[in-house]
Amino acid sequence: MSACVVVVGAGPAGLSAAAELRRLGAGPVLVADREPEPGGVPRHSWHTGYGLRDLRRVMTGPAYARALVSAALAAGAELRTGATVTGWTTGPDGTHTVTLTSGRGVETVPAAAVLLATGCRERPRTARMVPGDRPAGVMTTGELQQRVYLGGERMAGRALVVGAEHVSFSAALTLAHAGADVVALVTGHERQQSYAAFRFGATVRWRVPVWTSSAVRRIAGRGRLEGVEVADVRTGTARFVPCELVVFTGDWIPDHELARLAGLAMDPGTRGPVVDTTLATSLAGVFAAGNLVHAAETADIAALSGRHAARHIATALHGGLEGGPAPGLARGPGARAAAGTVPVLVEPPLRWISPNAIGSGAPPPLGRFVLRSAGFRRGARLEVRQDGRLLARTRPARLIPERPVHLGAGWLARVDPAGGPVRVISGVAGRE
Amino acid sequence: MTRSPADVVIIGAGVVGAAIARTLAAYSLELVLVDAAADVGTGTSKANTAILHTGFDAKPGSLESRLLSRGSGRLREYASAARIPVERTGALLVAWTPDQVAALPLIEENARRNGYLAVRPLAAAELYAREPALGPGALGGLEIPDESIICPWTTPLAFATEAVAAGVRLSLSTQVTGVAAAGDGAWELVTTRGPLRGRWVVNAAGLGSDTVDRMFSGGGFTIRPRRGELIVFDKLARTLLRSILLPVPTARTKGVLVAPTVYGNVLLGPTAEDVPDRADVATTAAGLRSLLAAGRRILPGLAAEEITSTYAGLRAATEHADYQIRVDAGRRYACAGGIRSTGLSASLGIAEHVAELLEEAGLTLKPRPGFTASPPVMPYIGEAGVRPYQDAAAIAADPAYGQIVCHCERVTGGEIRDALASPVPPADLGGLRRRTRAGNGRCQGFYCGAAVSRLLAGGTRAGAAAP
Repeated sequence: MSACVVVVGAGPAGLSAAAELRRLGAGPVLVADREPEPGGVPRHSWHTGYGLRDLRRVMTGPAYARALVSAALAAGAELRTGATVTGWTTGPDGTHTVTLTSGRGVETVPAAAVLLATGCRERPRTARMVPGDRPAGVMTTGELQQRVYLGGERMAGRALVVGAEHVSFSAALTLAHAGADVVALVTGHERQQSYAAFRFGATVRWRVPVWTSSAVRRIAGRGRLEGVEVADVRTGTARFVPCELVVFTGDWIPDHELARLAGLAMDPGTRGPVVDTTLATSLAGVFAAGNLVHAAETADIAALSGRHAARHIATALHGGLEGGPAPGLARGPGARAAAGTVPVLVEPPLRWISPNAIGSGAPPPLGRFVLRSAGFRRGARLEVRQDGRLLARTRPARLIPERPVHLGAGWLARVDPAGGPVRVISGVAGRE
Repeated sequence: MTRSPADVVIIGAGVVGAAIARTLAAYSLELVLVDAAADVGTGTSKANTAILHTGFDAKPGSLESRLLSRGSGRLREYASAARIPVERTGALLVAWTPDQVAALPLIEENARRNGYLAVRPLAAAELYAREPALGPGALGGLEIPDESIICPWTTPLAFATEAVAAGVRLSLSTQVTGVAAAGDGAWELVTTRGPLRGRWVVNAAGLGSDTVDRMFSGGGFTIRPRRGELIVFDKLARTLLRSILLPVPTARTKGVLVAPTVYGNVLLGPTAEDVPDRADVATTAAGLRSLLAAGRRILPGLAAEEITSTYAGLRAATEHADYQIRVDAGRRYACAGGIRSTGLSASLGIAEHVAELLEEAGLTLKPRPGFTASPPVMPYIGEAGVRPYQDAAAIAADPAYGQIVCHCERVTGGEIRDALASPVPPADLGGLRRRTRAGNGRCQGFYCGAAVSRLLAGGTRAGAAAP
């Protein structure tokens, strides 16, 4: 097989990137996804609201997934589902070879460039260290939605949802749709963090309360779930809540296994690979996009991130060709990401920023950086500094945990490429 | 279940009972292996530290020491024939205080008295050369080169599979609730699935072994369940260590260790807590906290890695330090109880010892004509060898081995199908996990939970429909 751009993951980011790469004439594009059907998470997310910012129309998750698949195929990308990337080597000349395993066998695919778009998942109960028994009936939103929307399962009984962010309300809707009786949403924060329009469905239509400053401290039930212990995080007072289902929502972690196995530099905040504003990683010829680099933004933002990476991959491939039949992207922007980049760091209460390196003056996706905060703040002014020098200060904004905070990129030209790390802090702010 | 009495009924299909069953199956005997649970190996056998011990730290002269040194070698050979995943990683016993350093020569001497001569002292610099990620402050240690990691799930399954192939009747979901002496010189056991008769009874009931022992007027010991909580770290942590990292043991427990697993993860544990409830395998906030604190000291790099799973198991500890193994010839009853935490490593040694005791007590052990013991070839679920998804020839012959269903553990549809059709099939999701690893990975079902449940439901329905 001749070298092509290999896109790992056929979710919104990967599919959008594939269509854009083809549109820009970047040569053959192979999109590999380990699931039997392409589309990623939207396949099993039946609420509406998908497609707003990338396709400029609003639709359900499955319709959105189908639209992205059609667009990628129409653009000429090859789509391989049920195909897992099980190996990856980088030759001494910087060329990449990807091993694909599927029912067709074990194949090696030479890659002119690789785009990692492997998305993210929710941390399960075990990773959150919630102690107790290990009964059935404890799951994540991802598993719940696949059971209900792909498997047609009914969910009987009382259900508790852990989390009160966007996806938590989505889980509550799914549970109600599947026949469960949602007892409450539980969050350790002082208030819920979803959008007003979205939580309307769950809290008003089904009268689901949100228990704030609360945490699930223990799971009880041998065989089947009998209930959970919910504690007030301020006083420690606990009570037993009988239920048959617990859904752990949010608490995203990028699916970064491939990125780490390939030895990419990792960002301790996002836990995805370090990417510069072109979405190039620390390894030449390897890019990363979507919720692998910002877990979790909405699907349309992931799609636009994929498109952004595609444009820079296409540019880099053309650049490589100018110098003759250059192997891979040895001299593309990816090469700079390894050495000559300036890291972008955040300080508490900010948790992460993406992109998190500056390699060129190229603007980030949508012309802005996206951040997360660990706590609520009102009137927070983000300050961007390098070696003590103030590069920018934003207008006052609200910080809400699990909700995106945006930072414009107008200051990029003022970054000293030879200077120290750029630091983003939440300046003068009132506590909410 | 009214039929002529079996020669031997073995109560308990954990690793010890299943080993006894496959050992006795070499002889001309009618055998029944029963367990209260719906699967083999669901008690202490499934939730432990998964280490194949050499027995270097056992009490010299004890039965445990003898059966460990006899059994661990046997199991090593058996595992290699049956494709039970084993990796000889070796262990480093690390001393962190001057007191612990002072104890090292005693541990070395103890190993020699157990007949294990390969223990070697290591200076701190050598420890760090071998394990660069070891936390600061190690003062010295010992190397035990033959300590190995093993798959605790495949082992009892292999024994049970071999036993079933040799004609042993496996009766699961069969709890023995009482016993009455039958008229024709056989025991009649009262079980949840009707009466069960056997001329001899072997008690390998693990956490229930004292209860069964009292039914046979034994009563020489009481199980005092000791709970051990463990944390399984993500596979991405596996590069942090090469060997099993052992602490200096105390009189009470071997202490908290860090070990690689044959599935490519890192295990941290166990705690040691006496609990009154024989079914209480819940983890606790305090237990997990104490393990994380220990992990941070031993291998600080663990703190940055994700946790894949937490679980707890119960050791069948008793008021005695040693195994409670004996045969009552008059009552035609054998007890293999109080097997605390070395049962997996010693299982084949225990089984041979029990067979010898039974023969001495009058059970005729006549080799089965034309029978040669041959370990079954089990589906390989370790990381050191080749798994189906990596096997181009297997996929070419059967594309189902290329269709990965559980992405985190890379379990294929072919393996799940095979497990459901195996001679000792899984009864539930846990059983399927122990046979294939499906659902055991870092996502804990986010991606594959629904699909694996569907395959299990389809497979068990198809199995129920089969004649």
